[in-house]
Amino acid sequence: MLKLENIRKVYDMGETQVYALRGIDLTVTQGEMVAIMGSSGSGKSTLLNIIGCLDKPTEGAYYLDGDNVSELDKNRLAAVRNKKIGFVFQGFNLLGRMTVQANVQLPMLYAGVEKKDMSARAKEALNWVGLSKYLSHYPNQMSGGQQQRVAIARALVNNPSLLLADEPTGALDSKTSIEIVSVIQQLNKEKGITVVMVTHEKDISQYCRRLVNLRDGRITDDTPVLHQRNAAEDLAAIPAETEVGA
Amino acid sequence: MNLANNFEVAVNGIKANKLRSSLTMLGIIIGVSAVIIMISVGQGASKKISDQISSMGSNLLMVFAGAGQGAVRGAGGNVNTLTVEDAYAIAELDKVVNVAPELSSSATVAYASQTWTTQFNGTTPEYQMIKDWPTSSGSFFTEDDVKGATPVAVLGKTVVDNLYSDGTDPVGTTIRINKLSFTVVGVLKSKSASIGGQDQDDVIYIPITTAQRRMLGVNYVRLINVQTDAPESMSYVQSNIESLLRERHRLTGVNSDDFNVRNLTSLLETVENTSAVLTLFLAGVAAISLLVGGIGIMNIMLVSVTERTREIGLRMAVGATESDIRNQFLVEALVLCLVGGLAGILIGISGSKIISKFAGWQTTVTISSILLSTGFSAAIGIFFGYYPAKKAAGLDPIEALRFEK
Repeated sequence: MLKLENIRKVYDMGETQVYALRGIDLTVTQGEMVAIMGSSGSGKSTLLNIIGCLDKPTEGAYYLDGDNVSELDKNRLAAVRNKKIGFVFQGFNLLGRMTVQANVQLPMLYAGVEKKDMSARAKEALNWVGLSKYLSHYPNQMSGGQQQRVAIARALVNNPSLLLADEPTGALDSKTSIEIVSVIQQLNKEKGITVVMVTHEKDISQYCRRLVNLRDGRITDDTPVLHQRNAAEDLAAIPAETEVGA
Repeated sequence: MNLANNFEVAVNGIKANKLRSSLTMLGIIIGVSAVIIMISVGQGASKKISDQISSMGSNLLMVFAGAGQGAVRGAGGNVNTLTVEDAYAIAELDKVVNVAPELSSSATVAYASQTWTTQFNGTTPEYQMIKDWPTSSGSFFTEDDVKGATPVAVLGKTVVDNLYSDGTDPVGTTIRINKLSFTVVGVLKSKSASIGGQDQDDVIYIPITTAQRRMLGVNYVRLINVQTDAPESMSYVQSNIESLLRERHRLTGVNSDDFNVRNLTSLLETVENTSAVLTLFLAGVAAISLLVGGIGIMNIMLVSVTERTREIGLRMAVGATESDIRNQFLVEALVLCLVGGLAGILIGISGSKIISKFAGWQTTVTISSILLSTGFSAAIGIFFGYYPAKKAAGLDPIEALRFEK
């Protein structure tokens, strides 16, 4: 699915050079759910940007579905992001002046999807995350959890093979966090979408199947999660009265 | 991403900030309407001036008695060097179509109990053809009237208005001009005021011979109007007239001309050139306001790009290419300019209508001024929208996504 070979990233800051990644080798197979952890400055954001084709490595090769994407130009990378990768961000990054449906349709706009198909696919994706009633709402009328679901629907709408989540629960309370993780788990299981998630919350990483630890630009740890937690079950176990508004 | 999508995204972007978008458009609206109004007013003014000049007659040379402007004029300005015979001689020249001498003086006219002080002008029937001046009733006097020096008169509209306030048809009536009886044979249609603002309808035309013999007792004429067959033959005819008159007046080598020939077409050209420069100047001033409007667009687009940095980052993350982003902002600037331009055209057209109503002269909104300002506002949109759009497209998606407002 994705394969990183000796990825290095050096930022040239004039006189000094900052080594963000110092040789990363990582292979993720189809259908995996990987958590990348590390303190700030460990290089995890840089790694996610490279995996997400937002950035290019200084050195090394990156194969996505067998294609060496580290050699593609900007326009090709944009097409790869559009068709193969779905992004979920900590801050949701929804466009406030557009309706939920328009937000979800955004990636299809750049994929050249027919207008009538756009609407159908957006509705399907929103239905999948349980927000079919919110088509014409605006993001600021919704809770953080709902907004993140919209963002997930947007990430799904072009049927990507890879979902990249950058601290998807960082702006949410713990119950809503588990809700969001359960949606991500569900799309990993039901749709077989490969998930790579950056988080610094230990609890959240336990919902993944594999844990990669990063430190100073190197992988220090790459272990399977022994007892992968099921977010849906955990959610059911939380008593209703402890609910804290999202 | 196709153009229709680009357009939709741009319109949404404009609608998201209605007040700011309309204020930005205001600059373009004012600029475009100013260009249209200035051009139409300028062209209207110059059309009025050239209409007045051509109302004096087309392909017209005027031969005045007395030396030219540079030389010393005869005492009292009453020069008597030109005669009717000179006019007939000029009429024989090659490429001359019509010749009409003129001799005028002031007159007091009376009909019934009404009197009016005006001017009589002795001339020949060709005068009517040179001036292309039809009668509204009756007809102009004839060549026979000139030969016989008959007391017949053709009245201008103003004279009729003042003498026949009771509505009588003047044709066939008898009036008295400086106590001599004249039969009215025709009334001329109204002609607008001349360049000097003089009322051209306040005049009575009588045969030149009648004016010379019966009214004034002289044998000279004040000027001779000469109409040539085409504008190209004017200078040819002019030099022929000069040599003919020098010969007829027995002027040799050192003697300066005792007449001067003026070319109305060259006067018209000068005036037209002057008013074209004036129009251009007015349009230039208006174009500056359009330029300022364009700078306003650029300013707002730059603010908009900064404000929407995260949006740009997100669009790039979900697959927008640099050209998608660039086109989005370019189309947005273009739509602002074109909508503003359209409103400016409407305001410009109604503005020129209002001005022509109050200023009392015809303003002409030409297709070319509309096309010019539309093209200009589109060009401004592209020119001033390009830099902000390029800036947006050049953003790094990672930086843009991290951007804090």
